[in-house]
Amino acid sequence: MTNKTVLHAKHLEAGAKMVDFYGWEMPINYGSQIEEHHAVRKDAGMFDVSHMTIVDVQGLDAQAFLRRLVINDVAKLDVAGKALYTGMCNLEGGVIDDLIVYFFSKTDYRLVVNSATRVKDLAWINEQASAFDVAITERPEFAMIAVQGPEAKAKVATLLDAEQTAVVEGMKPFFSVQAGDLFIATTGYTGENGYEIALPADQAAGLWQQLLDVGVKPCGLGARDTLRLEAGMNLYGLDMDESVSPLAANMAWTISWEPEDRNFNGREVLAAQRAAGDQPKLVGLVLEEKGVLRSGLKVITEAGEGVITSGTFSPTLGYSIAMARIPRSVAIGSTVEVEMRKKLVKVKVIKPSFVRNGKKVL
Amino acid sequence: MSNIPSELKYVTSHEWVRNDGNGVVTVGITEHAQDLLGDMVFVELPEVGDTVSVGDDVAVAESVKAASDIYAPMSGEVIEANENLEDSPELVNSDAFGGGWLFKLKISDESEFNNLLDAEGYANSIDED
Repeated sequence: MTNKTVLHAKHLEAGAKMVDFYGWEMPINYGSQIEEHHAVRKDAGMFDVSHMTIVDVQGLDAQAFLRRLVINDVAKLDVAGKALYTGMCNLEGGVIDDLIVYFFSKTDYRLVVNSATRVKDLAWINEQASAFDVAITERPEFAMIAVQGPEAKAKVATLLDAEQTAVVEGMKPFFSVQAGDLFIATTGYTGENGYEIALPADQAAGLWQQLLDVGVKPCGLGARDTLRLEAGMNLYGLDMDESVSPLAANMAWTISWEPEDRNFNGREVLAAQRAAGDQPKLVGLVLEEKGVLRSGLKVITEAGEGVITSGTFSPTLGYSIAMARIPRSVAIGSTVEVEMRKKLVKVKVIKPSFVRNGKKVL
Repeated sequence: MSNIPSELKYVTSHEWVRNDGNGVVTVGITEHAQDLLGDMVFVELPEVGDTVSVGDDVAVAESVKAASDIYAPMSGEVIEANENLEDSPELVNSDAFGGGWLFKLKISDESEFNNLLDAEGYANSIDED
């Protein structure tokens, strides 16, 4: 059974090539994913992300529940609308999913989790919630459009009414606000400024068309992947999964170890891993010669082997980049080898961040 | 349905062959093939002077999606490689049967033409994919 978002017809209208994405028929590109990529880096592009799963968490214990569920500490959130990127782990410290938590009040939060993991996420969240006074409500009646790029906000601004304009004015990164029917967040998955907008499904095609009319380019999953990889953002299922510790997935920064008495899922295992320093690490790789690093390729270092978790050609840089999980002792800045098409090529190890706000950062 | 010019010959592995006369052929990959591969990012071409036999992997088309071997559709000597692809691999996407050609061969065995598919034969082979 294949799911379609409410924007399916708009994708076909725009000449999309559709593919199956974990049970959803989604656009991979609308002709050229490289052109779409450049549109987001230089102007404005939009993605249908309606397949993603929105889950509201409400109730007296909402804060206490989330302090258990996710590895970052939602108690740090004290301004309404603030967003937080984090992961939820199982009791063995493996990553069940990564997600964004939006804070409205201590009794009212919104989570946005991946679509590919929807079923297991909801099962886990509901199971964990049973000990708390919270209501878990999936919100499939919302569609979601991500508008990203240096001109994204200006282009969206032309479509907002006075009231909406007033509430989005001066929004900082990683915030959200309800603006009429639009839930507007300054989050994204591209390394550019922009919005992720959730709205009632029956309004999505209208907004999509309005965005098209002001010159926002439709972008598919292909460009979404190269953009997020350039930005050094993880993709669940490739860069981490339940067998991987957040410490081995460049997600240590999303863990709040303080206060020490917060007993989040997986804490015991993760604390032991942290003390032992025995987890591999997720780094960036750069190949400046011809060829494209691909996920699954073996990385050979003096300290042992590793593996490329995601790799691609970077349209912004003009050469291939990747994320790889390698032994922790390999230094940033060193050179390692990747086995590619039966030969070994030299690649440079860097921190996993390549492009931000249109600019090379490595 | 993608474009399949009737004046060209084909192989099931998606290369096309144009008979330029005087024993010279031009080789590229079909529009259907580039559509399957997506945006091209690198094309690795054979060296001028290389001698190739039918079925040898002589070039690599690397797209955003995958690296694909390109096979020699006929035997002969490589007499030219499309240097424009060095800086503009996207020509393979935008003009697969024209500016996106890959290399030219001085063929060594004219009878190999008999093994190539015509447009209809190639169209049928795609349908079976």
